[in-house]
Amino acid sequence: MLDRTAALPAAGVMRAAPSLLPLEVTGVTFEAGGKQLINGIDLKLAGAGRTVFMGPNGAGKSLLFRLLHGLIKPSSGSITWNGRPLDETVRKRQAMVFQRPVLLRRSVAANIRFALELRPFEDREERLSQALKLAGLEHLAQRPARVLSGGEQQRLALARALALEPEVLFLDEPTSSLDPGSVAAIEDIILGAADKGCKIMLVTHDRGQAERIADDVVFVHRGQVIEHTPADEFFRLPRTPQARELIEGRLVF
Amino acid sequence: MQDFGAAFSLAFELILTADPELLAIVGLSIRVSFSAVLIACLLGLPLGAALAVSWFPGRNAIVSILNALMGLPPVTVGLLVYLMLSNAGPMGFLQLLYTPAAMIIAQTVLITPIIAALARQAIETLHDEYAEQFRSLGVGWWRQIGALLWDGRYSLTTVALAGFGRAVAEVGAVIIVGGNIAHVTRVMTTAIALETSKGELALALALGVVLMAIAIAVSAAVTSLRSTAGRLAYA
Repeated sequence: MLDRTAALPAAGVMRAAPSLLPLEVTGVTFEAGGKQLINGIDLKLAGAGRTVFMGPNGAGKSLLFRLLHGLIKPSSGSITWNGRPLDETVRKRQAMVFQRPVLLRRSVAANIRFALELRPFEDREERLSQALKLAGLEHLAQRPARVLSGGEQQRLALARALALEPEVLFLDEPTSSLDPGSVAAIEDIILGAADKGCKIMLVTHDRGQAERIADDVVFVHRGQVIEHTPADEFFRLPRTPQARELIEGRLVF
Repeated sequence: MQDFGAAFSLAFELILTADPELLAIVGLSIRVSFSAVLIACLLGLPLGAALAVSWFPGRNAIVSILNALMGLPPVTVGLLVYLMLSNAGPMGFLQLLYTPAAMIIAQTVLITPIIAALARQAIETLHDEYAEQFRSLGVGWWRQIGALLWDGRYSLTTVALAGFGRAVAEVGAVIIVGGNIAHVTRVMTTAIALETSKGELALALALGVVLMAIAIAVSAAVTSLRSTAGRLAYA
């Protein structure tokens, strides 16, 4: 039942453990406050690459990410990563960047160091300087993280996540409040990580960004996945009318 | 009955000439209250942090009790500590009654709930912000507590200062367990009470001025910490 051949190991991560992919989601629901917010999601993501999640506001994309990363537990259904249930060990091989970066009240360098100390790395200082370089923040290393600009803060959050060499990276609208220059910088870092074998999972409302990043698109609507299509096909001719309306810029209800 | 004007000028003379008795009383006050704050922080900060990040049955009850204990009347604390430390009490063998150590114990009991309750509030706010990121990174429980205490360092320092302000200004607990013995357990507040009742207003006023100055300095320190924290976006 499990397809182990499709998964590529993350480059640079010479782990003995088998890949986290494929991801299999079966009949997942999530309820909160008596409302069913996720209505039975089935999804299978086999290989590496860049999967973009689209859908109108309130469709459940952020909730779905939190479920897939194990920040919350589904009310019913199952989520497995290469057959393994979603536990702390699995989560530690993943990372997530939030829409609003959560930065510690410390310097830029100390934010990255905090994350590095959570893993059994030996060359932490080396990784720290690589991460600072990746984010283009070397000159701001000693600056308090929370006085940085929005774009710099998000680059720091992204570099901190990537410093842990995750095999899967969740990005929940990471560029939604950033200027075009910052967006381009973030996208470069994301594409670079994907090239090294990190599985990218991105939520975005920006069609241009989706087209630049996506290998395949998952369309979420009213708490369900109603379409999962290769990107070129999705943007040329979506299968569902809801997706068609969204990419044509009409409101979807 | 002395003339108030004369009492005031004598009071300032005592301060300006650094009267040895005045200095001894002020010094003991600060030593006792500072020690109490130190111990109360060692106990109260981790307790507050643990309560802020934990969820277990009865947690809300503990938080409510802690909040209620913030208003403990100092004389009641003094009485309880007196009963513990008196010869007939369970800790009587330590022979601590009427020593500075007894006063430190009483003030620690008085302000530990204050520090724990205020720390719980401050850290809970911080934890609400960090919780998802910590879970995502896989930060263990102890490390979370350490990180929250460190990241809350500015607000927690103001919590400690609030505890110090409360301790140094209270009179009820230290007078019961310390006994206001000259050169041994006489602190600013107990000395003011005694000197006033004797009609010796000069020393009482001088101590009152010093106490006020300490209160103002504490509040100035809190303000300056807040502005530093704000400037670094650490608030």
